[in-house]
Amino acid sequence: MKSKILSFAAAAAVLSLGTMAAEAATKACYIYVGPIGDFGWSYQHHQGLEQMKAELGDQVETAYLESVPEGADAERAIERFARSGCNIIFTTSFGYMDPTNKVAGKFPDVKFEHATGYKRDHPNVATYNSKFHEGRYVQGVIAAKMSKAGVAGYIASFPIPEVVMGINSFVLGAQSINPDFKLKVVWANTWFDPGKEADAAKALIDQGVDIITQHTDSTAPMQVATERGIKAFGQASDMIKFGPETQLTSIVDNWGPYYTERVKAVIDGTWKQHDVWGGMKEGHVVMAPYANMPDDVKKLAEETEAKIKSGEFNPFTGPIKKQDGSEWLKDGEVAEDGVLLGMNFYVQGVDDRLPK
Amino acid sequence: MFESILITIATAATPLLIASIGELVVERSGVLNLGVEGMMVMGAVTGFGVTLATGSPWLGIFAAIAVGALFSLLFGFLTLTLVTNQVATGLALTLLGLGLSGMLGEGFVGQPGIKLGNLDIPFLSDLPVIGRLIFGQDPVFYLSILLTVGVAWFLFRTRAGLTLRSVGDNHGSAHALGINVIGIRYLAVMFGGACAGLAGAYLSLVYTPQWIENMTAGRGWIALALVVFASWRPWRVLAGAYLFGAVSIGQLHAQALGIGVPSQLLSSLPYLATIVVLVLISRNRRLTMVNTPASLGRPFVPDR
Repeated sequence: MKSKILSFAAAAAVLSLGTMAAEAATKACYIYVGPIGDFGWSYQHHQGLEQMKAELGDQVETAYLESVPEGADAERAIERFARSGCNIIFTTSFGYMDPTNKVAGKFPDVKFEHATGYKRDHPNVATYNSKFHEGRYVQGVIAAKMSKAGVAGYIASFPIPEVVMGINSFVLGAQSINPDFKLKVVWANTWFDPGKEADAAKALIDQGVDIITQHTDSTAPMQVATERGIKAFGQASDMIKFGPETQLTSIVDNWGPYYTERVKAVIDGTWKQHDVWGGMKEGHVVMAPYANMPDDVKKLAEETEAKIKSGEFNPFTGPIKKQDGSEWLKDGEVAEDGVLLGMNFYVQGVDDRLPK
Repeated sequence: MFESILITIATAATPLLIASIGELVVERSGVLNLGVEGMMVMGAVTGFGVTLATGSPWLGIFAAIAVGALFSLLFGFLTLTLVTNQVATGLALTLLGLGLSGMLGEGFVGQPGIKLGNLDIPFLSDLPVIGRLIFGQDPVFYLSILLTVGVAWFLFRTRAGLTLRSVGDNHGSAHALGINVIGIRYLAVMFGGACAGLAGAYLSLVYTPQWIENMTAGRGWIALALVVFASWRPWRVLAGAYLFGAVSIGQLHAQALGIGVPSQLLSSLPYLATIVVLVLISRNRRLTMVNTPASLGRPFVPDR
């Protein structure tokens, strides 16, 4: 609570002092789409900020704004940060793409970093994203080993490429172990509604799945899985506290190293525009400790993770068929990033019709 | 499986029912409090925090009820004593509640909560099919049914209830008869706040025992809508809440079965179904007019 007030106070102070503060230290500013207390997406970005601050110490000063709606409000917030002497501004949601580029045009000396987008209209805009689907493949492998029913349940948010990619990657991982593995998908049509996510988990369990995984942000499904005595995967952060005997592993969004690297580049004057889609290799995606599984499954999971990490294996390597049975990737063919980033179809084995 | 689906429906409906019943009493007294969401989320954070500190979910629930009532008192003071605009003040209460609860609850994020236990009566709770449904749910579920019965009885079978309704229908006449309009409205507003607080605590102690910012996720607004669509009748509120819960859970099952209906359509079904059914049962215009509190939302300033 204190830190929140302080950082708001700091932001306000800097607003009035203008560029004076900027000379003392490099100032890194963050815009979050949710509250930092969501224990999911925005929470993890904020953890990244904290880690960066710890690494760089006095050289850096930080400020953040939370729950900034995507759209016109975002542009105002970004512009205010730019005027207040921020040297680098991280805008951490897809919907900030256009506002970020618009403001960047007006402030050529400020660096802008936009998460999960693809527009870089000005040389001072960089984009970054993470290959969360790499972690989903490992989860699929574990699920197929651990499930007695041979069916897992997937609580999904919205049918956008990133989510579809995750579902496909999970199924491919599971099918590499058990070709008949099935996946039931429920769309919550929200990123965040603990009650609804819990209800979705209950519905899936009532229909016989014995592993739950989610692409929504709250810890509610993990709690339901614990109550019903089945296993589950966490999302965005390590949720082991909510299911000490339930969580198999979790995909942790690890933004700290990236934020440290980029802010340091601004301090050193070496910052350059780029587009990064980092995965396990770059340390953007980290698996929470493998737990609640036999040693042989754990070993298999670690091996799979190591293969993906070293670049030896890509989850989207052919032969892969689309849901309707038509061929997508030939034997040994690897999917192009561009195709993945626009993914709008299921692979074979998903027991759901993709909402259009 | 059937039993567990029914229990899931009851869990989804209970917080809506409690918050709606509270707001129903408020609106019957002629006050429109749009701050349900804010009071609910304050109840959720209080319930969670007190339970975490004391280890007792019951203390958490009582604290949430108290904080809900206190928080509504703020609304009462502004709208009843200072005669501010009810709509604007209610909205402000919601915004304040969401922000304040986020700040108060910052330290609770990421901490597993304590769940309020279910009833367990030897033998009865183990009966097939209906055992857990009737004898093995959480205590607040029973309380929500009692609340509905109690409010229906109070409003339509007691003198005090008649007085409250008369205040909501025509505050001028009620005042002329010597009824303390403002006093009754204060009590009604506080009852609504207490119910919203309880509904919030239900979320953070039973439904999903944890604290996350904004965890009410719009349930306060659904509760508000239920009151109107149920034409201010307690039993219809109960029907509406359970219908909404049933369709919400049903659509998730339909999705998991993979029946191939677009999920966006399924997700909107609870709202559509509830509106259609409640509008149909309220289609008698004369009856609806009789049930609508005529002074709803109108400011009252006693003659000086």
